[in-house]
Amino acid sequence: MSHDHTHDHTDYQPDIEDFPFTDRMVMTQAIAELIVEKGICTADELRQQIELMDSKEPALGARLVAKTWVDPEFKSRVLEDCAKAAAEIGIDIGDIPIKAIENTEDVHNVVVCTLCSCYPRMLIGLPPDWYKSRAYRSRAVKEPRKVLEEFGTHIPDNVEVRVHDSTADLRYLVLPARPDGTADWDERKLAQLITRDSMVGVTPAKSPDDT
Amino acid sequence: MTALRYSPGDKVQVREAYPPGHVRTPHFVRGCTGEVQEIAGVFPNPEELAYGRDGLPSVPLYRVVFKQSEVWDGYEGPAADTVVIDLYEHWLEPRT
Amino acid sequence: MTIRRHHDMGGLDAGPVDRSEHDYAMWEKRVDAIVKVLSTPDRKLLSTDELRRGIEELGPGVYDELSYYERWISSATNLLLEKGVITVDELGKKMAEVEARWIKDRETAE
Repeated sequence: MSHDHTHDHTDYQPDIEDFPFTDRMVMTQAIAELIVEKGICTADELRQQIELMDSKEPALGARLVAKTWVDPEFKSRVLEDCAKAAAEIGIDIGDIPIKAIENTEDVHNVVVCTLCSCYPRMLIGLPPDWYKSRAYRSRAVKEPRKVLEEFGTHIPDNVEVRVHDSTADLRYLVLPARPDGTADWDERKLAQLITRDSMVGVTPAKSPDDT
Repeated sequence: MTALRYSPGDKVQVREAYPPGHVRTPHFVRGCTGEVQEIAGVFPNPEELAYGRDGLPSVPLYRVVFKQSEVWDGYEGPAADTVVIDLYEHWLEPRT
Repeated sequence: MTIRRHHDMGGLDAGPVDRSEHDYAMWEKRVDAIVKVLSTPDRKLLSTDELRRGIEELGPGVYDELSYYERWISSATNLLLEKGVITVDELGKKMAEVEARWIKDRETAE
């Protein structure tokens, strides 16, 4: 972080673009500078952490799910130990355990965190605003079918809706069901059907007609 | 290794307790009866970690499944709908 | 007594889910990075549960008034103060410095 005033804006320019700035933006910058000045961490480490999170996108989770669709043994390993299975395909999910849960003909899974906003960020990135909203956190657990309808998802009454309240040490990744009409598709093409929302469980995977 | 008090299939009731500090047991599930689905692992106690302590001894965490119709009065969906919540052992009591 | 704490909202009535989204701003990513870096196993200056507890203790008004990462940085800052990692005086001076610098930069940019 540049402290000289020669107007090398590159370090903190992004904040300037956020005008009008708020107290908490100032506080954030102040804390970042203080912990660097105190030698608690380096500016590089903060930057690398931001880059790490920028690299975590739904595409990672989609790649994992697509492989479970074409490789049943891999799927078993994902359900057994997601971190280990993800590592097989070069994805590091870090220290917080992620549990994969599979949608089937009989069960549709959907994830919420009613107490805060726990989310499988190391596989699908940071959560969308709605996941952190009061409306979603309050209602998804009590009237999941209504909330799913708001996402355009209708689950027939003969399918169990199973809500996972991600309250403690685990994070949850839904493995959406493979859509019909994709029998001859390869992993790369299948991955394009697997959206972020389908891995939270608020929508199914896209159908081949949607691509 | 901490001894596990419950096994998958055990019926358990969530304690009806309302401590004012940091806990990870949602309010809506207190007093409800469910079934242990699986053991999620053993983790430092979040109620200790939250106050800057080490959380030891670690506590077992269970994934407990509840019928939605038992959690909510007048649940509108089918009777088969469920909610699964991760609960620490000290929040559970045996239920036969 | 059956106290329901403010953050513990599962099952409460609420309106429809607003599905509009915003891209995370750089300052929000920086909050995230600060928290992650402070909680690495070699530092352990913060834990997830301490951060959560601090957010819960912001109280109902502030909890709803602040955005997600505003809650995070508020909680993290309070924890750093409590633990003596930073002092109130250092924080106040640094915030004043940052603010003055940003105001000056904005004027220069215009």
